[in-house]
Amino acid sequence: MSQVNPAEQSLIREDIEAYLARHEQKTLLRFVIVGSVDDGKSTLIGRLLYDTNNVYDDQLAAVRKASNLEDGSVDLSLLTDGLAAEREQGITIDVAYRYFATEKRKFIVADTPGHVQYTRNMVTGASTANVAVILIDARLGVLEQSRRHSYIASLLGIPHLLVAVNKMDLKDYSQEVFETIKKEFSAFGKNLRFKDITFIPVSAYKGDNVAQKSTRTPWYTNNGGKTVLEYLEDVPVSADLNFEDFRYPVQYVNRPNLDYRGFCGQVASGVVKKGDPIMVLPSGKTSRIKAIETMQGGSLAELAEAFPPLSVTLRFEDEIDCSRGDMVVHPDNRPEVTRSFEADLVWMHERPLDTQKTYLIKHTTQTVRAQVDKVHAKLDLPTLSEQPIAASGDGSRDKLELNEIARVTLTCHRALYVDAYVKNRTTGAFILVDSLYNTTVAAGMIRARSVSAKAQSLDEALKEVRAGSGLLPKTQVSPRERRERFGQSGTTVWLTGLPGSGRWTLAYALERKLFDLGRTAHVVTPFDETLPTIISAAHACTNAGLITICAFSAFKEAERAKVRDAVGAERFIEVFVDTDPALCRERRPDASFEGFEPPKSPDLEVVLVRSRLHESIEAIIGLLEKRGQFDEI
Amino acid sequence: MQLDKHRITHLKQLEAESIQIIREVAAEFERPVMLYSIGKDSSVLVRLALKAFAPAKLPFPLMHIDTTWKFQDMIAFRDTFCRENNIDLLVYTNAEGVKENINPFDHGSEKYTDVMKTQALKQALSKYQFDAAFGGARRDEEKSRAKERVFSFRDKFHQWDPKNQRPELWNLYNAKINKGESIRAFPISNWTELDVWQYIYLEQIPIVPLYISQKRPVVNRDGTLIMVDDERMRLLPGEVPDVRSVRFRTLGCYPLSGAIESEADTLTKVIQEMLLTRMSERQGRLIDHDQDASMEKKKREGYF
Repeated sequence: MSQVNPAEQSLIREDIEAYLARHEQKTLLRFVIVGSVDDGKSTLIGRLLYDTNNVYDDQLAAVRKASNLEDGSVDLSLLTDGLAAEREQGITIDVAYRYFATEKRKFIVADTPGHVQYTRNMVTGASTANVAVILIDARLGVLEQSRRHSYIASLLGIPHLLVAVNKMDLKDYSQEVFETIKKEFSAFGKNLRFKDITFIPVSAYKGDNVAQKSTRTPWYTNNGGKTVLEYLEDVPVSADLNFEDFRYPVQYVNRPNLDYRGFCGQVASGVVKKGDPIMVLPSGKTSRIKAIETMQGGSLAELAEAFPPLSVTLRFEDEIDCSRGDMVVHPDNRPEVTRSFEADLVWMHERPLDTQKTYLIKHTTQTVRAQVDKVHAKLDLPTLSEQPIAASGDGSRDKLELNEIARVTLTCHRALYVDAYVKNRTTGAFILVDSLYNTTVAAGMIRARSVSAKAQSLDEALKEVRAGSGLLPKTQVSPRERRERFGQSGTTVWLTGLPGSGRWTLAYALERKLFDLGRTAHVVTPFDETLPTIISAAHACTNAGLITICAFSAFKEAERAKVRDAVGAERFIEVFVDTDPALCRERRPDASFEGFEPPKSPDLEVVLVRSRLHESIEAIIGLLEKRGQFDEI
Repeated sequence: MQLDKHRITHLKQLEAESIQIIREVAAEFERPVMLYSIGKDSSVLVRLALKAFAPAKLPFPLMHIDTTWKFQDMIAFRDTFCRENNIDLLVYTNAEGVKENINPFDHGSEKYTDVMKTQALKQALSKYQFDAAFGGARRDEEKSRAKERVFSFRDKFHQWDPKNQRPELWNLYNAKINKGESIRAFPISNWTELDVWQYIYLEQIPIVPLYISQKRPVVNRDGTLIMVDDERMRLLPGEVPDVRSVRFRTLGCYPLSGAIESEADTLTKVIQEMLLTRMSERQGRLIDHDQDASMEKKKREGYF
């Protein structure tokens, strides 16, 4: 779409160069617009585009054709409608970006759906927004959903909130309706982190107070009330950036020849000037800024200073070690260097959080392994209150599902250089990636330092850097992941029986059958080993996710109980191979039968008679299935 | 006081964000490539890349998918531009398509585009085993692009699944892929047509002369002006090329690119005309009109 503002058209006609000079000076504002399908969100965006003349004739014609309205008017919501898949459903299913401009600013709108299950999309659109626009239906008032969206916008650190009370036309433009909503929302909103909350009565459908002041809301308009567009044009933007704390995550080292070494990156926050003393983390080495470089009009140029969000190249006076993932800072103003921190985590994937496994955390330009140690509390969305999570040990209660938000503690393999998200939207933010599927599964916002309020000393910081991994050396593959890969959970199938009862025959036949069925099974075979060795072997194979079949001789209940305890009762199946003792003696005249204690309560009893081997196998597999050890193949 | 001093214009901000994306791709992937269409968006993209790595040369090659039906001016521009900027250029053509003489006249724009562009692109990406490919697409171009990610994941068949995209937050791009899979990266996603033109104007970026109006031989096909760029153009019985002042808003294969009549013979006049026009940019691009939601379908199949 082009940006032809009606007011600017004559300037474009008369003096294009003057227009370009003026247009060049416009600033950029990103805003996210949320609301449910019925709040009129798409209509509001359509109205903004239409009233600012940011719709081309052919697009309008296409929309007019598609509108199919009896009175021939245009359904403005169709201007922002997107993919075929969602058109079929009649709803927006993802984040879509729109662009328009006025005389003062250029705007990027993130259009996100407002369904309960789409927290993910809203978080995506909100992460870079300067303003959140929340739509409230004047007829319905402040709904649970409006609160939820506002909360998420606040959590994502959006500084400004605009509450557009929409469909005022259906409430006769009543001041009372507007004031009631304003009062109710303000009471709730004061607990949120916004710098300011603004309320505007609008009708996106009729165009009131969107781009044009409405004559139907004199109680608002005549008291200096701004339109949505005026608000968006005037809201301060650069004041929201952090110019205090210089943070420069190194993205790329540029080394075209031996004489040039430049460190490329985007200034995350703060201001850096030529000659400034700097420190590189993690080394703690210091130097000074020799040059801040960029390219202008096709040739290399130097800048006196750099500030967010500029992408530049820094050169140091000294040859100090510095690579991607490092952070350049001022020596007297450092981020916290830590391997462990508390964060608000938004889960964004269908596969829930697994506290048993490690993820990749991407924070600024670093990617390291990390684990969620503890889920402290989940956010209950309907009440917006924290629900503490009791520790469960096995992680079963730490499950965090798609669209859930929780306060967690993460531990990283290597130290990160972090600030609280409320202070810094770049060095306080991270994503989690599932390294098995490569999917982005969560977004995180680092909380203010919880351990100690006082700033970390340099010694402490460097100690943290040199410390070993924050993670204990242990498997990075969780039982859940193993199960997903194998389609089964590791289980020990212990066959108890007299010598000559046919345990080994059954064991190998069972292994073969399971293998043929696409399962992964293994008969453990250190024949004459001691019980502890056998236990270790069974335990290891079961942990590895195998159906572990054991046919060792273990006459005593106590011995078998030891195995059961070691492996874990929930993944241990004892099968009593109850073959006729007379037959056993006949088969193994040499063996001793002394002291055999038949199991008192086996999980399964089978009687091995020649030719009925397969029935025993079916029974064992049936039990495994019943116990949920297998996924469907 | 500090506020004014550190006020940043929208173009500076877009530039900074695009450079961040380009560097991220270069740092995270083993074999990136920049798709080069020779058009104005490509020109901006390449300039941003040059900026990202100056004074070094580009750490990745450009690749042009040559359908063999591009305007002669485009090819000449491409070769000069890459030579002057010390850029490694790969040119790939679907040899099978050439052998079968697939062309826009006999096979229609849909089949032709599929074979000579989409299939060719996939073949080239597989041949060179690129794990990331930059493109110059913008979200404001077309509806289906409005929800495209900056890092757009493609499976090993180079296909896009609009329903299964990775969420993208802040400027943290997930670059993790398995062997054979790839990422299409769109550094100028957030630029509009006007931004592109304004940047070309400000940075004095060279562009193909076809964007500027001059007298060119054209024929009128159902209201679309097609330039007779070489002797392969099939004229209908009785059809005689007409020399008119025309320029192009988008460039592609000459038999599929509609020209517009224009007197805009300088860059600023082009921008002026663009701003005052009331028709959207892709209107002159024939492939979008083949079927409803056509671009989305093409993208799913692997078109850029």
